[in-house]
Amino acid sequence: MSFFIIYLLPYLLVFFMHEWALAEGVISTLLNFMNKEKLERIIEANIIFGELQQVDIDAFKYALEELSKDTPLRDTKFIFTIEKAEFRCRVCGHKWSFEQQREMLDEDIAEAIHFVPELAHSFIKCPNCGSTDFEVVKGRGVYIGEITVE
Amino acid sequence: MVDPRLSVIDKRFKDVKNIISIVSGKGGVGKSVIASTMALLLAQKGFKTGLLDLDFYGPSCHIVYGVEKTFPKEEKGLVPPEINGVKFMTITYFAEEEPVPLRGQEVTDAIIEILAITIWGELDYLIIDMPPGIGDEILDIIRLVKNAKHIVVTAPTKLAINVSKRLIKLFREINVDLIGLIENMVSEESLAKEICKNIGIKYLGRIRFDKNLENAIGDPEKIKETIFAQDLNSIVSEIIK
Repeated sequence: MSFFIIYLLPYLLVFFMHEWALAEGVISTLLNFMNKEKLERIIEANIIFGELQQVDIDAFKYALEELSKDTPLRDTKFIFTIEKAEFRCRVCGHKWSFEQQREMLDEDIAEAIHFVPELAHSFIKCPNCGSTDFEVVKGRGVYIGEITVE
Repeated sequence: MVDPRLSVIDKRFKDVKNIISIVSGKGGVGKSVIASTMALLLAQKGFKTGLLDLDFYGPSCHIVYGVEKTFPKEEKGLVPPEINGVKFMTITYFAEEEPVPLRGQEVTDAIIEILAITIWGELDYLIIDMPPGIGDEILDIIRLVKNAKHIVVTAPTKLAINVSKRLIKLFREINVDLIGLIENMVSEESLAKEICKNIGIKYLGRIRFDKNLENAIGDPEKIKETIFAQDLNSIVSEIIK
């Protein structure tokens, strides 16, 4: 019994996570697209996760499965791609990656950026000049990339 | 690449009957105190009420309510905590006391994120406290929250009224639903009433300058007892008729 509880816990927790809200956006966008283009099926959809948002992909995947169950997306294959987050300082032009700074962030800050990635500007500074005026060149949040239709 | 967040924003407001954004041309006219107190007064009247502070650069509603350590509940999104009977969402839950220095597209992205992940549930009224000026935030709310109505707040000064007129002109040009104008911090004569008449916008009323208001900030029960709240309550009663 305890084995099942331990096994199922990550999946039960998804109901309490904000990944569910993001997954709802993906399902809703794809359904709207099918409706607009009068499609019967989407064979494959590529979901891109910007590293900055630090999405729990297992939780997201589970939410997608639950949300697509009774919809025309139930057989759609979701491909997940993680896009590394890169920054470019608008003041000195220095480029760096989120990966270089992630380990130095405390968990509360990482969580704040997880909820609203723009808060990177409140907590991350250019390692070269210390400015908070930088551009997130790529790897911000969740996007739908290429899709294959029938 | 398609941004999936845009498609759920309408769903988040599905059970919200009225959305009112509180806007101003100039800063410092009392917009945040009006938005926060309006939400308190509506909740006191028995309405299910929410308050969304979208002023990322100068969030203040949490100061008005005296909110310290709290955080939204994660439940298929983020459910705002209830403060003094008002479901209250603010960037300060995440940024705490840090500044939030954002540029155009970043502002839009942060707004979309908050609108997409906040689960309001059933509300009679959602009040949105906007930052001052005619910028990204107002344009985004007009674009993303299609059924929002707007109230312009001004102080009785030539400068504030002049900028309010520009804001009203913009709203008219793009066919935005404008409830009317509130004149705040009035000591003697109203400056805005006659102007409202001339430009054909509803003058919702004036709020007297209340020197005791500052001492009540941070304590919603005290705020409700101020002259400021009494005057605002008369205006709110008219709006909900």
